[in-house]
Amino acid sequence: MYRFVLRRLLSGVLLLFVITTVAYLLLYAGGGDIARRIVGPTASQAQVTLKASQLGLDRPLVVQYWDWLTHALTGDLGRSWFNGQLVTTGVTSRVSVTLSLVLGATIIAAVISVVIAVLAAVRRGWVDRVVQFVGVLGFAIPGFLIALGLVSLFALNLKWFKATGYVPITTSFSGWAATVTLPIIALSIGCIASVVQQVRGSLIDALRQDYVRTLRARGLSFNRVVYRHVLRNAGGPALAVLAVQFIGLLGGAVIVEQIFALPGLGQIAVAATSQGDIPVVMGVVVATAAIVVIVNLIIDLAQGWLNPKVRLS
Amino acid sequence: MIDTSIALPTQAAKVSLFRKLLTNPTGAASMLILALVALAAVLAPVLATHDPSLASLQSVLAKSGPDHVLGADSAGRDVFSRLLFAGQFSLAGALLALVVAVAIGVTGGLVAGYYGGWFDSVSSWLTGLLMAMPGIVILLAARAVVGPSMWLSMMIFGVLLSPAYFRLVYACVTAVRNELYVDAARVSGLSDFRIIGRHILTVVRAPVIIQSAMVLGIAIAIQAGLEFLGLGDLNIPTWGSMLNDGFINLYKAPTLVLWPSLVLGVVCIALTLLANAMRDELERSRGPVKRRRKGAALVDAAEAAAKRGEPAVVHPEAPADEHSGSAGEILLEVTDLGVGYDQPDGSTTHVVNHVGLTVRRGEVHGLVGESGSGKTQTAFSILRLLPQGGRVTGGSIVFDGTDLARLSEKEMTKVRGQRIAYIPQEPMSNLDAAFTIGSQLMEPMRVCLGISKAEARKRALALLAKVGIPNPERTFNAYPHEISGGMAQRVLIAGAVSCEPDLLIADEPTTALDVTVQAEVLDLLRELQDELKMGVILVTHNFGVVADLCDRVTVMQTGRVVETGPVRSIFNDARHPYTQQLLEAILEDAAPRGPFTNSGPLTSSATLTSLTGVKP
Repeated sequence: MYRFVLRRLLSGVLLLFVITTVAYLLLYAGGGDIARRIVGPTASQAQVTLKASQLGLDRPLVVQYWDWLTHALTGDLGRSWFNGQLVTTGVTSRVSVTLSLVLGATIIAAVISVVIAVLAAVRRGWVDRVVQFVGVLGFAIPGFLIALGLVSLFALNLKWFKATGYVPITTSFSGWAATVTLPIIALSIGCIASVVQQVRGSLIDALRQDYVRTLRARGLSFNRVVYRHVLRNAGGPALAVLAVQFIGLLGGAVIVEQIFALPGLGQIAVAATSQGDIPVVMGVVVATAAIVVIVNLIIDLAQGWLNPKVRLS
Repeated sequence: MIDTSIALPTQAAKVSLFRKLLTNPTGAASMLILALVALAAVLAPVLATHDPSLASLQSVLAKSGPDHVLGADSAGRDVFSRLLFAGQFSLAGALLALVVAVAIGVTGGLVAGYYGGWFDSVSSWLTGLLMAMPGIVILLAARAVVGPSMWLSMMIFGVLLSPAYFRLVYACVTAVRNELYVDAARVSGLSDFRIIGRHILTVVRAPVIIQSAMVLGIAIAIQAGLEFLGLGDLNIPTWGSMLNDGFINLYKAPTLVLWPSLVLGVVCIALTLLANAMRDELERSRGPVKRRRKGAALVDAAEAAAKRGEPAVVHPEAPADEHSGSAGEILLEVTDLGVGYDQPDGSTTHVVNHVGLTVRRGEVHGLVGESGSGKTQTAFSILRLLPQGGRVTGGSIVFDGTDLARLSEKEMTKVRGQRIAYIPQEPMSNLDAAFTIGSQLMEPMRVCLGISKAEARKRALALLAKVGIPNPERTFNAYPHEISGGMAQRVLIAGAVSCEPDLLIADEPTTALDVTVQAEVLDLLRELQDELKMGVILVTHNFGVVADLCDRVTVMQTGRVVETGPVRSIFNDARHPYTQQLLEAILEDAAPRGPFTNSGPLTSSATLTSLTGVKP
């Protein structure tokens, strides 16, 4: 088990390293152009050169990267080109917002999906058909359209929730819940649609397995076999699809944060992108990649717990 | 020459899928909607009432009216005209992403799947890398460098989407790469290029088309998302930038956000439904063949029997043998049992007809017949564990005075395990791979007998020792994949007898085992049966096992009982030709072929010789 964890950890670190390296090289490859864009098209060549040397962009790319990497390893991701703020501070202060959205949506989606999928797989018939059809719709409609619909219905017309703003969970749980409920619903609907399909499919497969009959022949009730054995066996594929969905949710959060004016990673990502504030963009990439790697690691460990065979491979 | 021959089947397949979609209501509606949207976008210059970029101070946020059909936006531009022109850009952008994704993904998948080797691992790794980051974050980063170009963004998004095609095509190609017809093409000297074009491309075409409908929807959505964030090119109208404008003015003009949302939603839903309809149609065209294969043997056999109208020939009881120690009280009496499967068209396929079976306490009753004879179906119906769709259509299953066919599921759960137990055929697939052997043994005991965990553990270890497992402690803590098939079967036997049942149903308990293990397992069964005085129904196709273990035999063929009686009189005086053939098969020490056209594996000569200790 230790070797399994260690191997997963190493491959996660490698993935983080490769993603950030590729991102850095692509973002900083156009050194001169970046300086030109910052000082504006009317500036003289001398101003461009000056800006480039101020930002260290006149150095060879490899030297810049080495500089960035050594600092990044100590937790220093540089400063914003526009307001001089530390990137690390800016990113970490916003990670919690995004994480509370995305993790909330993941957990809610997982629970609801399992309930719906069990219903569809066990009952089949019309329940199954309704689930399938609604699932297609939930999958097809882009998440931000759902978010827009929720804002205009519940926040603007019914006034059940505030349309914008964010209260940290540490300040007030109910305040936090009131501000993240709609965003989490908006995020999780598409996720539920996909996960239900997957879990339903693997449940139907697992229900056909021989051991289901054998366990029932030993005197276990159908429900007990479904909830204790079938669900656990169907859990592997479900977790795999949840891992993929989680990455999608991180992306969806960018837009949803914008709609609900939540001060998350997505918000600085959008601001930095439109300004061309590359150190901040790089910081967002690092944070996102780190989250993905950590969540993948957790899901891998859960897979190992669910399926003893995984621990060997 | 070759080119036309490639084109022909391609054309035919496409036309037939297209025609099928037209008859599928969802498919036809989706295609109609998409065609209308595309047509509206193409005809935008003709249909539009205004210049989509013409701002007008007088009509800022104008309501819908004669001048502006759907109103005007925050710059006073006509919403209807912008919707039409935005269709051009949004659809073209999505198509660009699609073309890039297909070009990279399909080519990569074909080459990696066909040639394998280093290209294979490199492209799989790249795929994993591309899928590890949320697309929109990559697009934002790219936008920071290249600026607000919709076309560049969509090309980058195409690259990000390519893994979806890569994986799909890769899976298809590796599946057919080693098919015989591809080998044949290779041997006959066709170039790799030709083989890929002719044989492999036809296989991946349909999945790629279905995937494309999905991908188009995703591309349209993500593009709208980018524009909605205000990161798009402000000089061109797109559905996303209209959403952005509408959202900013959500309080002042709530309908502004409605129109682009509606168009986006409808297009995305239509694309997804179209993809689903295509998949349904493709599956349906393959479906019936698959379904028929599954039930064919049973249906044909049952129908043949019904046509023959042959009455169930019952071998007379031989009273001389009644005193051979097996004359206990009657434990199970199956009368006139019928088992049927409900078909989708409402009819019922009968696989077991008018079967009768009597098992006494302490007696081993062999249920013999070839594959598809209905013996396993009979066994499952006694346990009331028929596969989905199956049900008892008639008759009674009286066990110790109660008719099991009439018990509720809850009452039946109490019978299973405690009174009637079951040993399956295939040991490995009958253990849950996610739990240790010990926990699988303890769980039913705790549920059925209501004993403590410590007590269950003690009993489980004792049971494992009893069934001849050398190191019970180690096996107790092992997972199913860590033990051998013979061990697993012993574990299952231990599980079956754990609650000391009165009746044991063993469904070909030795078929899946090595020949040396088979004899040991049969010995174990005999010992346990002696000790616990159980009635046993031994389902088998092997008369050697019957001779070894059974007191009484029932021979089944095509869902009916053809002969039944004490084992000695059946062996000495088989009356039914089918029984005689089965018996001849062991005597001649050869599997009966020839006369049986649809016989499954009847008896293997290897099994028999090993049981009698003679090697051929």
